[in-house]
Amino acid sequence: MNDGYLNFANSAVGAKLADALGLPKPIVLDRYKEGQPVIKGSVLVGGGDDAKLLPVLAKIFKSIGAQTVAHRQLPQWLPLANGAGLMSGRWGVDDQPGEKVKALVFDATGMTDSTQSDALYEFFHDAARSVLPCGRVIVFGRPPEQCANPRQATIQRALEGLTRSLAKELKRAIAVQLVYVAEGAEDQLESTVRFLLSPRSTYVSAQVIRVGTPVGAGGTPLNWDKSLAGKKVLVTGASRGIGASIAEIMVREGATVICLDVPQAQPGLNEIAAKLGATAIELDIGAADAPQKLVDAAKADGGWDVIVHNAGITRDKTIANMKPHFWQMVMNVNLSTQERINDALVESGALKSGARIVCVSSISGIAGNNGQTNYALSKAGVIGMVQSTAPVFAKHGVTINAVAPGFIETQMTAAIPFAMREAGRRMNSMSQGGLPVDVAEAIVWFANPASSGLTGNVVRVCGQSLIGA
Amino acid sequence: MNTIRRVAIIGGNRIPFARSNSVYSSASNQEMFTATLQGLVDRFNLHGERLGDVVGGAVMKHSRDFNLVRESVLSTTLSPQTPAFDIQQACGTGLEAAMIVANKIALGHIECGMAGGVDTTSDAPIGVNEKMRKILLEASRAKSTGQRLGSLAKMRPGMLVSPTLPRNGEPRTGYSMGEHAELMAREWNISREDQDALALKSHLNLARAYKDGFFTDLMTPFKGVAVDNNLRADLTIEKLRSLKPAFDKKVAPNQGTLTAGNSTPLTDGASAVLLASEEWAAAKNLPVLAYLSFSEVAAVDFFDKKEGLLMAPAYAVPRMLARAGISLQDFDFYEIHEAFAAQVLCTLKAWQDEAYCKEKLGLDKALGAIDLSKLNINGSSLAAGHPFAATGGRIVATLAKMLNQKGSGRGLISICAAGGQGVVAILEK
Ligand SMILES: NC(=O)c1ccc[n+]([C@@H]2O[C@H](COP(=O)([O-])OP(=O)(O)OC[C@H]3O[C@@H](n4cnc5c(N)ncnc54)[C@H](O)[C@@H]3O)[C@@H](O)[C@H]2O)c1
Repeated sequence: MNDGYLNFANSAVGAKLADALGLPKPIVLDRYKEGQPVIKGSVLVGGGDDAKLLPVLAKIFKSIGAQTVAHRQLPQWLPLANGAGLMSGRWGVDDQPGEKVKALVFDATGMTDSTQSDALYEFFHDAARSVLPCGRVIVFGRPPEQCANPRQATIQRALEGLTRSLAKELKRAIAVQLVYVAEGAEDQLESTVRFLLSPRSTYVSAQVIRVGTPVGAGGTPLNWDKSLAGKKVLVTGASRGIGASIAEIMVREGATVICLDVPQAQPGLNEIAAKLGATAIELDIGAADAPQKLVDAAKADGGWDVIVHNAGITRDKTIANMKPHFWQMVMNVNLSTQERINDALVESGALKSGARIVCVSSISGIAGNNGQTNYALSKAGVIGMVQSTAPVFAKHGVTINAVAPGFIETQMTAAIPFAMREAGRRMNSMSQGGLPVDVAEAIVWFANPASSGLTGNVVRVCGQSLIGA
Repeated sequence: MNTIRRVAIIGGNRIPFARSNSVYSSASNQEMFTATLQGLVDRFNLHGERLGDVVGGAVMKHSRDFNLVRESVLSTTLSPQTPAFDIQQACGTGLEAAMIVANKIALGHIECGMAGGVDTTSDAPIGVNEKMRKILLEASRAKSTGQRLGSLAKMRPGMLVSPTLPRNGEPRTGYSMGEHAELMAREWNISREDQDALALKSHLNLARAYKDGFFTDLMTPFKGVAVDNNLRADLTIEKLRSLKPAFDKKVAPNQGTLTAGNSTPLTDGASAVLLASEEWAAAKNLPVLAYLSFSEVAAVDFFDKKEGLLMAPAYAVPRMLARAGISLQDFDFYEIHEAFAAQVLCTLKAWQDEAYCKEKLGLDKALGAIDLSKLNINGSSLAAGHPFAATGGRIVATLAKMLNQKGSGRGLISICAAGGQGVVAILEK
């Protein structure tokens, strides 16, 4: 679980050696510490013709307390920012680059034709060398599938190629995302901008996120550092690994947490629950009566606000060698039982209005993996479940999203043989594995009451893994 | 012949001020002033606009910056057909520049203009050693290579290590500004305690103004900085009391009252304001913050008559009040530049001194006291710092915004300058 090479490459001797041998030089990722500001350092703002989000962005930057400067392509930014009560200015004098910045934000929502792409070139060409390590880049566009005409849909779809390439090119742990904002969903952006600009999203890169019109009764947290105050959250598989971290981060955010795991995991489960002041439920979610038991527990508790389907198992074998129960167990625990639980909870009204379901898929479900036909089937199924139930659950005011972790440093990955483990760790744009907390932070973002515009999203927490891109 | 018109202050801009040799140590006057003007252009959407004039200056200037203001204009998005020129009146530069532009507008010579100033003591011009300078000039006049080498051979390594640094001192007295202020504090019996109290208030007021977002539309960040870095929001009177006197060695050994805490530090920064006729503002749909209605300059004979070097504003203000037909108490806000806490306190004390007002200022009675709760209420130079030529623009914009927020009223600006000069003005709404 300990990445020795990361420490080595960041030591005085190690850094020299890594240079000399041309080895990857992972840098220590910024991670969120309680009470720290959303972003330390300036945000450089750019945009194409008719950039539509600028007023909303100014409001959000004001709320975040971010310091902004605008590229010369946006001379309209300063009066607009001042109007929102935000101090701002221009980046650089006399067409020279200005100070190093922590984030680049480009509003491409007004682009309606592929011939308008020069503004993107100008902005990223000028700013590429001015982003600090662990910096952030966000490009905002309109969802191609909702565009009024093919030309507009085309240039909007094209943005994905740019952001994914930038994510590989900028290096130094700079994360790049594309956020498609549906028309009318502009006011749903704040939780996403906060997450993507902050160190909370440190291991999320090259992702495409869709923000749509709000689902259910959301709200703006009174205190963004306690975004889940007063919320009841169930975390499955919470006795160790990623699940334990999710429970911990949920508690940090002010939630009341219910930790669930199988009876065999009781010692770990009780330890975590005691440490966090959480309640514990011993239950095999694969059992036939699990959905009903959870509905009863939720109702007895006055209803739950957030369900995190983290429990998951692997039973790796090539399909030719695989016994049927390996196949069935994995499919049941990782997918079928989650479908039954979701349906039961939503239909019974055991979830409160504005509730959130967050699932844990896997990069294997996206890219496939040798020896994991069963696992990849189930994890790709999680993606299918998220996408197909999102519109159904939306009618009940419930959102459903998934995170898809890449290589995360846990007991699960510590069990992988060394050579394969090293490859898994380094084969991404950050040249290192993520930590359980990185997955937890993404889940907390989906769970945020202000994330009503997020449903049906699958966001990878993989440092832009080179496989399955 | 035109009638005299009211001069509207539309807005201002400055970059955060920074202590010398800190965050702007690599920035030039040119860069800082360009950024400041550009911020003003951006704020009021003046891209491509031909302004009537842009006037400004710097106190510490490289010879290559002979056309500093015009060069800065050319680097902005203003029309390159905007004329500009440099002036210099020490710490009075910024306010004097505003007065020049205002007078042109008042007389109908121009419709709009910008005025400001910039200074850096980080990127200050360093003169080569005087002997070395003579040798270099001789060598450049030489007719043959042999002659040139002959001249250059006179150079000695010592010349390189003793360059001529710019000094913040009075050429005629050999005293620094701080030493002069220390002398004034002694003459007027200004206590260390009062000076420290004024300094503390300046910091607390400036910090509160930032917290309230007062400067949001008066400033643009520069080099990643968004707040004056001299500001100590957590300053305490104990901290100020603990500082050692800084200017007493020559003038009052071991009896000094001026410290680094109640004197302004050397500072880098720039500021500018946008002035216009009411017609121009209306045509552009730009609201007017306030009007610049009166101005006055004065100078004292600090050499032969041994007047306090920084006492000239004490003379300028009553002369301006007489022209305006108002008294010192008829103001809602007082913006008295805090070169030194002692300077402010000496001026206020002098105005209450019957003998001084009669004998020196030629008045028939004392001007009297002011309501101190109206003094520098959003902080002043002790907290913000004092980039010489940039202070005037900072104060004009700050006061204009205060008058606009209040809706109506009158404010007094008083700035002392090297050479025994004082530059003062009245803003009204
Ligand atoms: N670690 C990684 O790199 C990685 C990568 C991609 C996806 N994931 C996924 O993240 C989730 C957590 O992974 P982890 O690494 O923490 O694994 P882990 O094995 O350490 O933890 C999984 C937990 O789920 C519990 N669990 C298993 N079956 C259960 C059941 N039927 N009922 C209740 N609880 C059950 C286990 O007891 C265990 O505590 C899993 O869904 C996994 O597939 C992990």
